[in-house]
Amino acid sequence: MTPIEPGFWFVAAGAAKVLAVFSIVMVAVAYMTLAERRVSAFIQDRLGPNRVGRFGWLQPIADGIKNILKEETMPGTASRFYFLLGPALAIIPATATFAVIPFAAPLPTPKGAVDMVVADVPVGILYILALSSLAVYGLVLAGWASNNKYAFLGGLRASAQMISYEVALGLSLIAVLMMTGNVTLTEVVRQQQELGLWFVLPLSLAFVFFVVSAFAETNRLPFDMPEAESELITGYHTEYSAMKFSMFFIAEYAHVLTASALMATLFFGGWDVPFWKGDNMFWHDGALIRGFDEAGAPVLAAPSLWITLATLASFAAKTAFFVFLFIWVRWTLPRFRYDQVMHLGWKVMLPAALGYVVLMAGTMLVLAQLGVEFGLRYGLALTGVSGLATLAFFFFLDRDRIVGGAHAKRKFSSGRLASAAASND
Amino acid sequence: MATSYIPLLIILGVSVVNAVGMAVASHVLNPSRPTPQKAMPYESGMIPLGDTRARFSIKFYMVAISFIVFDLEAIFLIPWAVRMRELGWGPFVAVFLFVVVLAVGLAYEWKKGGLEWD
Repeated sequence: MTPIEPGFWFVAAGAAKVLAVFSIVMVAVAYMTLAERRVSAFIQDRLGPNRVGRFGWLQPIADGIKNILKEETMPGTASRFYFLLGPALAIIPATATFAVIPFAAPLPTPKGAVDMVVADVPVGILYILALSSLAVYGLVLAGWASNNKYAFLGGLRASAQMISYEVALGLSLIAVLMMTGNVTLTEVVRQQQELGLWFVLPLSLAFVFFVVSAFAETNRLPFDMPEAESELITGYHTEYSAMKFSMFFIAEYAHVLTASALMATLFFGGWDVPFWKGDNMFWHDGALIRGFDEAGAPVLAAPSLWITLATLASFAAKTAFFVFLFIWVRWTLPRFRYDQVMHLGWKVMLPAALGYVVLMAGTMLVLAQLGVEFGLRYGLALTGVSGLATLAFFFFLDRDRIVGGAHAKRKFSSGRLASAAASND
Repeated sequence: MATSYIPLLIILGVSVVNAVGMAVASHVLNPSRPTPQKAMPYESGMIPLGDTRARFSIKFYMVAISFIVFDLEAIFLIPWAVRMRELGWGPFVAVFLFVVVLAVGLAYEWKKGGLEWD
């Protein structure tokens, strides 16, 4: 199988993939709002919306129609242009980020094999980092332009929180880049197939950092400080109603979807079907191969429609699990205080992520020195080192010392506070 | 390959059209019955007091400045990270020194109270 030639069919295939992925993301986002309400209802022993259509199936459509027909309000003192620009800037990067994530094995067509990724660009992960940090502009502009004190505080909090956790997010990605030696996500998937282990094992602590930063980046509980209802009404989108509110909502869920897809791709093998070698295929000298034989000659892969569908199902299942995790955590953990959020980001995650990058780089170089080839043994050695680092992180680094509640302050600050508390009794 | 960027441009275009389309569609379809109360900022039902464009805590600036330093650090590490295994020990030591310098910077900021919020 050869790749599709650059030309008319390449662009046509690209446009078809764009439309398919864009519509699937929008539909998935609509049903994630329903899933959120249903799952939260089940967690709280309620039924949730189940009246519009069977099992509430048509609820997202009804919500959409309601939102588009409702009256929009805008404070008379708001900055009109930026008030409109805010939601647009929030939703544009959110819907465009999914483009570089591969979602299935290449599909054979009469014109050549088509990669199942919208754009397999050489910058890969860097595109995602760049676009996801653009999202912060939408929130800050919305908060500032509303001319509302709560919205303003929400926008400020959103900006400080998102840029803080972007540092830890970038550093956790560096460990992945060291393993793959490339920044494209197709290569990340291929290296996990070749290693025989998903990166969640050899890079366990990076996965922890990535999950925590992803929750903070998407402003989901326990990090939803920018829209903490009990403090800020709803934060930066307090003044937004109807469709403009919907745009922020869609943007947030699209970010959740992209973050879940990224967790699946970077750490859980992407579209790789576990324990099965038949789906291993990658491009080598313009041919789609599944690996190399003993003599080092390439072995041709046999892409087919059902392999593409099986890998697509595998990718969808992994992504759906992480979407569920986002909802599950939301209804399990209480919200942090703002100072705890910032302390966790700067005093715990940043130094630990830096140390972890140095530790993993050193381990990889030692393994190379010992002559261990990139393969299962290499992966297992890294799994051991990384597992120890993860254990150390959880057991020694933060036991109420840096990110603690009020009782921790009393315990660790010597004298004054403790005696003040005692004299109050 | 430069051609691989074409679908990226298409999806960015589709996203922009989608965002503009949503705003325009609701603007055309929704009713507009403004009242003075609707045009007031919503601050929990209270009549807003004071100016929103007031001064706010300097800590947000501190965070932004620290972010520039440490995010650039992550960006500088990426080119090394992708070639790390081929480059070997020499660049590793160089990167280690770079990280140590920044860690000292972080420790200084921490000690000076730049990361405190209470």
